[in-house]
Amino acid sequence: MNVALFVPCYIDQFFPDVAIATLELLESQGVNVSFPENQTCCGQPMANTGCTADAAPVARKFVEIFSGYDAVVCPSGSCTSMIRNHYGDYFAADDERFLKLRDNTFELCEFLVDQLGVRQIEGRFPHRVSIHSSCHGLRELRLAGSSEQMIPRENKLRLLVESLDGVEIMPITRQDECCGFGGTFAVTERETSVAMGLDRVQDHVGSGSEVMIAGDMSCLMHMQGLIRRRDMPMRVMHVAEVLAGRALPQKKAVSAGY
Amino acid sequence: MIAEAFDRQPQRSKQLILDRLRGRAVKSKGLPEIDRSRLVRFDDPLAQFRETLGFVGGESHLVDSPEQVREILMGIEVFANAERIASTYPEAIEPTVQLDRTGDPHLLSSLDWTVVRGEFAIAENGAIWIDGGTLPHRVMIFIAQYLAIVVSRSQIVDHMHDAYARIGTPEPGFGVFVSGPSKTADIEQSLVLGAHGCRKLQVFLTP
Amino acid sequence: MSTALPIVDHPQAAKEFVTNVPRSHWHDDSLWFVRTKRDRQAQSLPEWEYLRESASAIKRHTIANLPDYLQEFEANATRMGAVVHWAADADEHNEIVLELLQKNHTQRIIKSKSMLTEECGLNEFLIENGIDVVDTDLGERIVQLRGETPSHIVLPAIHIKKEEVGETFHRHLGTRKGEADPQVLTEAARGHLRGKFLEGEVGITGVNFGIAETGGIVVCTNEGNADLGVSLPRIHIACMGIEKLIPRFENLGVFTRLLARSATGQPITSYTSHFHGPRDENSELHIVLVDNGRSRIRDSDTFRDALNCIRCGACMNTCPVYRRSGGHSYQATVPGPIGSVLGPTKDMKAHKSLPYACSLCGSCTDVCPVKIPLHHQLLAWRGVLVGKRLLAWNKRIGMKAASWLFRHPRLFFAAGYMARTALRYLPHSLTHNRLNEWAIDRELPEPPKQSFRAWYAKNRSEKQPEESR
Repeated sequence: MNVALFVPCYIDQFFPDVAIATLELLESQGVNVSFPENQTCCGQPMANTGCTADAAPVARKFVEIFSGYDAVVCPSGSCTSMIRNHYGDYFAADDERFLKLRDNTFELCEFLVDQLGVRQIEGRFPHRVSIHSSCHGLRELRLAGSSEQMIPRENKLRLLVESLDGVEIMPITRQDECCGFGGTFAVTERETSVAMGLDRVQDHVGSGSEVMIAGDMSCLMHMQGLIRRRDMPMRVMHVAEVLAGRALPQKKAVSAGY
Repeated sequence: MIAEAFDRQPQRSKQLILDRLRGRAVKSKGLPEIDRSRLVRFDDPLAQFRETLGFVGGESHLVDSPEQVREILMGIEVFANAERIASTYPEAIEPTVQLDRTGDPHLLSSLDWTVVRGEFAIAENGAIWIDGGTLPHRVMIFIAQYLAIVVSRSQIVDHMHDAYARIGTPEPGFGVFVSGPSKTADIEQSLVLGAHGCRKLQVFLTP
Repeated sequence: MSTALPIVDHPQAAKEFVTNVPRSHWHDDSLWFVRTKRDRQAQSLPEWEYLRESASAIKRHTIANLPDYLQEFEANATRMGAVVHWAADADEHNEIVLELLQKNHTQRIIKSKSMLTEECGLNEFLIENGIDVVDTDLGERIVQLRGETPSHIVLPAIHIKKEEVGETFHRHLGTRKGEADPQVLTEAARGHLRGKFLEGEVGITGVNFGIAETGGIVVCTNEGNADLGVSLPRIHIACMGIEKLIPRFENLGVFTRLLARSATGQPITSYTSHFHGPRDENSELHIVLVDNGRSRIRDSDTFRDALNCIRCGACMNTCPVYRRSGGHSYQATVPGPIGSVLGPTKDMKAHKSLPYACSLCGSCTDVCPVKIPLHHQLLAWRGVLVGKRLLAWNKRIGMKAASWLFRHPRLFFAAGYMARTALRYLPHSLTHNRLNEWAIDRELPEPPKQSFRAWYAKNRSEKQPEESR
């Protein structure tokens, strides 16, 4: 299987180790991964602002770049959902090339669990951790059951993290509350976004966890920004870093700069 | 003049609204039927009813005779001291206020207690169906300080689907599901019983 | 609406509420408490999701066939002895009610909760016309006495602290100064409103459900105020949005199971009252059917499902923005997620900030008992607003620039390189200045030396890395 790695633009530029960890993790599972080097962004920032005319050409370019692969894997639920649930606006309903891409684009944990059948990751992470369920992964990709719905679903991120040796998952209050990132929401509704983020960090701190793990670096970037400004006792890690065997980051650093 | 204009207008607006709606045909699926096999069933509807009634702030009593209803009520201080009692269940409680269907309902404003019969009860939510046709004045169940409802424990349905099936086709009139006493949580989400209607609800489950 | 509405600036209005941290937390906790009660009730029914699906399907079917069901409803309600009126808009609704009151020479109105009459501004209209209107729902009475509007459609006074209620009641109802016990305050309101109920000449209620098949209406309350309000006076006026219809009596089984569970986490409201015609031969029941923009919403494939709404308020209770910014930050009759969908249907320009008052978390969509795709509709509104050039120019330009950059990979890499370099070498005070909204309360990420693509080119690719060229 010929798999393309789709690295969200902000991960490429600001959190390269998340992408490296994703690559290594997939390779360790025997997947043949390549990184199409002309990729930039899926267009979600424009789409979520309502600028669909600006998102459309980015979406078309994305499909051009990625449609030659058997599968596309992305270390972000939100960007994956953009392709799967929102790209339909930009392509004809019978566009075979797009439909094939849409149905074969996966979030990282989802790809490991559903496509590769991984139930266990070899490794050790002897820490108390807590899981932040990023909203789009949760409610648009259904990577776990949301607290609002009465539908039991497997929590794919948790399943993988739990399989590591020595890890202790701490239960948090308000298990799937939004962190308040929300793309441009973080800026246009700054006060509310910050209030949401601080409450969310507090939910994790209160659980006794040392590190908050999520499948979306955007949520973590927002909360890490709040944590670092206030020197709060919490660290953040992307699930790919945890599963790829990275050590707990030093305080104030989310990922080592390569 | 005003009345005249008013009499004509509704017809015009009716046509306007219907035209607006008919101007846009919307495709739809048929009305879904509820698959009864997918609905909750309780092993012990009576126990479920009593538990839920307690949860919604009501009190239930298993009784075997009208005398027992009377005994239990007499043991409640606010009943023993009550002066103005309306009742449609004279087997147990003789009314002290005579109800006349044609009288002014405002005369019932100082009712202390009302005792009425319910038609059937619902296990899932502790509600009891009261058929307005059995009430000389419908206000009697809302205006009294305290309310007691007598309902047969053999008449408990599991849920609201069964409840509506049981009511059948409504006739002109009134009917109400009562689930617990009147309540509010409008001040800081603090639950207070007795907002406008009855302060407490006693339910007597007869054979 | 004939006059343009004032422009709602949600971020600005939210700021006041959310930056009062203790109050915002208190408000958040109160609503989250309701949400957890809702969860327990939903969990208690194995068929919860089946009920949601059924409710959604029934509503969709009804809205699609609305003209037929409205006519069926009118015929049956008339057969039951009610008088049905049709109002194309808010003004006509208010006129109809006023005419009925004037015809009967009535001055004192007792009203139970109706979001429709709030939407139409009925209270203000009647008061201007010399008629006394008393809201009898405790929460609505509190906001009425304070000269405010409800901040929530089910919990109108959720934003008000008990001490403030005490202050209001001290001034208007003569309770002891400093009294803040909800039990005592509720008792005072009970006494005060009993008098109003007995004096009332006409009772006005909203309608939770109208049944086409029977011509009946259903009104749900916990306090019993709707029932007291219409069981004493001779005249009952029920104001009903045309979307409140359901086809059959048996459909109530689905909706009465969902409504209170979703709204307040109760298995059903204390009183679920079914009115088929007037009380007796000496009484009157008037049902006012109101369009006021609903038929326009029905025209839209994107927003039609918003007419499924049964006004339970669950989307408000669950919304992380609403909980922290308070209902008044939306400056709309219906706040929260559903309000942000409905607001722009009335006046797009006035409500253009509301679809953006949302992090797109999707909790509202999952909690909604009638499965309105709320967060998808809010996203769709953004597209409509941009299409109408109602997004601020700087944001539009920003997105155009980003789109252009993302289509030119080499420039994108160069821009990223420059941004990271700037972040690494410029002083913190410069990169985190007050003009950078992100950085007022948050640190920017620590810039890595190289991007992933540079790393990849160096370590995995045959090609030369862009940045080292």
